[in-house]
Amino acid sequence: MKFVDEFREPEVITRTAAEIRRLADANRHYRIMEVCGGHTHAIYRFGLKDLLPSNIELIHGPGCPVCVLPMGRIDDGLSIAQQPDVIFAAFGDMMRVPGTRGSPLEHKARGMDVRIVYSPSDALKLAQTNPDKHVMFFAIGFETTAPSTALTLVRAKNQGVHNFSVFCNHVTIIPAIRAILDSPDMRIDAFIGPGHVSTVIGCRPYEWIAKDEDKPVAVSGFEPLDILQSIVMVLRQLKADEAKIENQYKRVVPWEGNRAALRAMAEVFELRPYFEWRGLGFISQSALRIRDSYAGWDAEQRFHVPGVRVTDPKAAQCGEVLKGVLKPHQCKLFGKECTPEHPIGALMVSSEGSCAAYFNYEHRKTAMVTSIESVA
Amino acid sequence: MATADEAAPKMLEPKVRFREPQIEMAHGAGGKASRRLVEGLFAPLLFASSSEPLGDAAHLNFNGTQIAITTDSFVVKPLSFPGGSIGEIAVNGTVNDLAVSGAKAEVMVVTYVLEAGLPTPVLEVEVRAMGNAARKAGITIAGGDTKVVEHGKADSMYITTTGIGRPLHGVKTDPRCVRPRDKILLSGPIGDHGITVVLARGELDLEADLQSDTRSVLPLVEALVKAAGPAVRWMRDPTRGGVATSLNELARDCGLGVVLSEELIPVHDAVRGACELLGLDPLHIANEGQFLAVVAPEYADAALNALSAAPGGQDAQMIGEVREEPSGAVQVTTRYGGSRIVDMLVSDPLPRIC
Repeated sequence: MKFVDEFREPEVITRTAAEIRRLADANRHYRIMEVCGGHTHAIYRFGLKDLLPSNIELIHGPGCPVCVLPMGRIDDGLSIAQQPDVIFAAFGDMMRVPGTRGSPLEHKARGMDVRIVYSPSDALKLAQTNPDKHVMFFAIGFETTAPSTALTLVRAKNQGVHNFSVFCNHVTIIPAIRAILDSPDMRIDAFIGPGHVSTVIGCRPYEWIAKDEDKPVAVSGFEPLDILQSIVMVLRQLKADEAKIENQYKRVVPWEGNRAALRAMAEVFELRPYFEWRGLGFISQSALRIRDSYAGWDAEQRFHVPGVRVTDPKAAQCGEVLKGVLKPHQCKLFGKECTPEHPIGALMVSSEGSCAAYFNYEHRKTAMVTSIESVA
Repeated sequence: MATADEAAPKMLEPKVRFREPQIEMAHGAGGKASRRLVEGLFAPLLFASSSEPLGDAAHLNFNGTQIAITTDSFVVKPLSFPGGSIGEIAVNGTVNDLAVSGAKAEVMVVTYVLEAGLPTPVLEVEVRAMGNAARKAGITIAGGDTKVVEHGKADSMYITTTGIGRPLHGVKTDPRCVRPRDKILLSGPIGDHGITVVLARGELDLEADLQSDTRSVLPLVEALVKAAGPAVRWMRDPTRGGVATSLNELARDCGLGVVLSEELIPVHDAVRGACELLGLDPLHIANEGQFLAVVAPEYADAALNALSAAPGGQDAQMIGEVREEPSGAVQVTTRYGGSRIVDMLVSDPLPRIC
């Protein structure tokens, strides 16, 4: 498969892994955060940790849209969809995320009209083919998916489709990275930057991380070789005592980003003064709301929204895991009350969530090693 | 005062462990939730006396005559898709469940549940497809039943089948006979059926040159049994939940680990591509014309040769082996030495977009 197999070539991967071992100073412990959930998933799926020396620790970042969405927002969205003749449309990623009274899929089993769509424009099409219903698209995602929501809203307005609205939960990545760097319990040496987000925003918005915080960043693709190469890049910088932004994902990410996408976002969205992130709390100017010129398509303005705030179960330590302070298996609920089938925290829902990735791909390996060690 | 009447049923009260408040789609997806429902509710109440691991078909002894029996329901949307349709998979699915239990399908009965308003030509196409598939697979359809439900109470058409077969000579499969170092064989490329059906729903605007793999695997099973007979310890057709779910069930039932080599698992490029796009794992995708077998190591090469030489078996592969660790789990090793645990499917695979 073109554009995939080249980046999974065993020989090149083995060579790159050897380069990482050569660059890593045995007397130093490295904490590298992969910002994006897509990276977390790939690291586990391809077993990349097995290829790294033990003093390189990968910390899973906040870049998993469903993981950082507070439960209250899900309840709000579902409460709108409880009104008669409303269709709840969302990406597959959202379907198993628990609200207080169950996930969208569970609501579907109880009779709610819930549809999986593959893009916001599919949701708009759904509205056009169901003129007697109202279709509410539950929008999630970083700058990766926000432009397609924006373009869909422009189209809805231009075509006069009035039985369509968006419940906007789009968030932006930079404030989240800043919150993590501001957090006193974080000690991160370098970042693997989010590839998909950067196709839209480019590399410039990360420059302060190098300049002000003195941390190397490599914007990375999602194949095994991409991630390993990005680790090589940041290790080289750390070795040379440098901090700069490097673009490993040049085949997709333009340095300046995608101007058309950014324009569409600016046309439709404005920054919210603040927004709640699961695990990270309220972060100012970290999310997007729909501008008043599109109020007719903003579910929050068209419908009554209860504005529920739900605190996470006390025992769940999603915040600590999300910031990388705890490893997934160090949470008290991990693998006991909280499993991919019965997730309590959203990190356990999405396969990009670090807990689900860890549960699915890793934890029994660890359990195995522990048992072998305890025998020895 | 407790009477004998009250005391007696109490003693027999089987232990229902299924505590979930309502049935979700996940309980029918063939993964973990399905297993909890079957083991926690159906098994204790319906077959409490049996200690056999739950297989695809039951082998029974009637006064010295051995028979194998299986039942299955088919709910597919859309009804027809490239390479097959519901009428055809209803036959092949039944034949295959018997085949991987080590039996040759002889006769089946069929129930159609039809939604009022179903156009007759649509039904006729499926009944024809069923008849043709039965003739091809050498199974007799001995009878059936029809029910019609109100429009909107069913989705076009559901089919339920029950098949009876004769055990093949010289093979007895049981996960408890599986031993470390046994080899795992797979009859051909995986994921074709599941991805074909997903694409045929037309929600994705993706096109691929791909068709369902639906077929009877009986000729391949017969070739394998002829070559390796008693060395065949376990077989399963990895339908819903895919290869990962079948092998996780094996790992749990035998208490050993299953270690697969990713590069040896045959997957068509179109399936790999669709899985990459949708964030799915081919190991979780449904198949309708493949089977897995565990064979004792000394017979593994002969078994693979026999499979490969049989018509339709040219893509068969030895994809891994049974080991002591990770016990009760399936581990996949990548070509460059990384590894990951592959769990059962949790519920229907959902595409990842954001």
